[in-house]
Amino acid sequence: MLQAIDLECVRGERCLFQGLGLELSPGQCLHIAGDNGAGKTSLLRILAGLLTPTRGQVRWKGSDITRTREEYGSELAFVGHLNGIKDDLTVLENVRFEAAVRGLVLPEGQAREALARLGLEDFEDVAVRYLSQGQKRRVALTRLCAPVPARLWILDEPFNALDARTVERVYALVEQHLAADGIVVLTAHQKVDLPSSARRLDLFGWPLA
Amino acid sequence: MSSALLAVIRRDLLLALRQRSDVVNVLLFFLVVVTIVPLGVGPERNVLRMIGAGTVWVAALLASIISLARMFAQDYADGSLEQMFLAGQPGSVIVIGKILAHWLVTGAPITLAAVPISVMFDLGVEPTGTLVAALALGTPALSLLGAVGAALTLGLRGGGVLVTLLVLPLTVPVLIFGAGAVDATAGGLSAAADLLLLGGLSLAAAALAPWAIVAALRISLE
Repeated sequence: MLQAIDLECVRGERCLFQGLGLELSPGQCLHIAGDNGAGKTSLLRILAGLLTPTRGQVRWKGSDITRTREEYGSELAFVGHLNGIKDDLTVLENVRFEAAVRGLVLPEGQAREALARLGLEDFEDVAVRYLSQGQKRRVALTRLCAPVPARLWILDEPFNALDARTVERVYALVEQHLAADGIVVLTAHQKVDLPSSARRLDLFGWPLA
Repeated sequence: MSSALLAVIRRDLLLALRQRSDVVNVLLFFLVVVTIVPLGVGPERNVLRMIGAGTVWVAALLASIISLARMFAQDYADGSLEQMFLAGQPGSVIVIGKILAHWLVTGAPITLAAVPISVMFDLGVEPTGTLVAALALGTPALSLLGAVGAALTLGLRGGGVLVTLLVLPLTVPVLIFGAGAVDATAGGLSAAADLLLLGGLSLAAAALAPWAIVAALRISLE
């Protein structure tokens, strides 16, 4: 379903990877590991369509994602290094805007439910700027439990700044998503506790070209 | 698609309301520039009448350029720009929504503020009407052209100065026809030609700018 063919990524003078290919089917999870600077984030941004690979292409359901951006975007939930939420909006406003820009109406009740799943039930009407780093991360991760029909999750260090209990909650979400035939691609520095079926891709980084 | 457009406009207006000082500062800047010019050239009534429209246009231009910094930079820095581009909507919808919201908080209030200002410059009733019409037709072009510059300089060091250098030359036609319309009315001629050209400039910018902006933003996001 998600295919990467012969990807090559050059950042600055450095070739991060070359000839990288992967294929994920529904229900599969890919954990990308590697040292700092090995190209994990670049790979995820290529998979999300934010970064153009120097060579190669990414396909979703058989078609090149740069040609079907809208369709691909509507099936994708991306949590990057940046949370992508506005400091001056409240938690609830942020979550509801994300649904609205996808053309969906998220009733307040459902939005509150989604927030409660990540333990944000008492912060719905607080402006994001007054939240801690970990809480902001939780708001960004609400993307995963809002009723948005995203089939593919691309998560870049989703556990950064999260407390142990929330990490458990996110793992539960991932497992649930995989059980529902979703696809998850993630990077994590911590020891991961993914289902045993999860595949692992190690990036080593290439020496200077 | 239209619901996404409305969502973006609503969000940006809400943010403008929460960050009121940014918006108010731009308007104050506009008023201060307009007020300062007569102090420089002297309060001679005929001189004021002559320079009134041009002064308002130059100030509107500068105010719209200093407000460009708000347009994409914050969304870029906090990652919400990339999220919007991944929301399964055409990039142009997001961009048009942001430009409309920008115009509503800069172009529209400047157009309204032109009324008391033309009293200050003793422009007279008819030229004032023309000035307001010209601003209403021309300021959308300023927002659109400015957005191209803002998108191109996103994430660059010293982007603020660069954006001014990029955008100011592009807006010269708007300035010429905008001030020309008021001069024509004051001289007893019809301003229709200038106003039509202004409208045409805005429409042309509306048709072409969004695609350029989307392409520039995609490059900035890489």
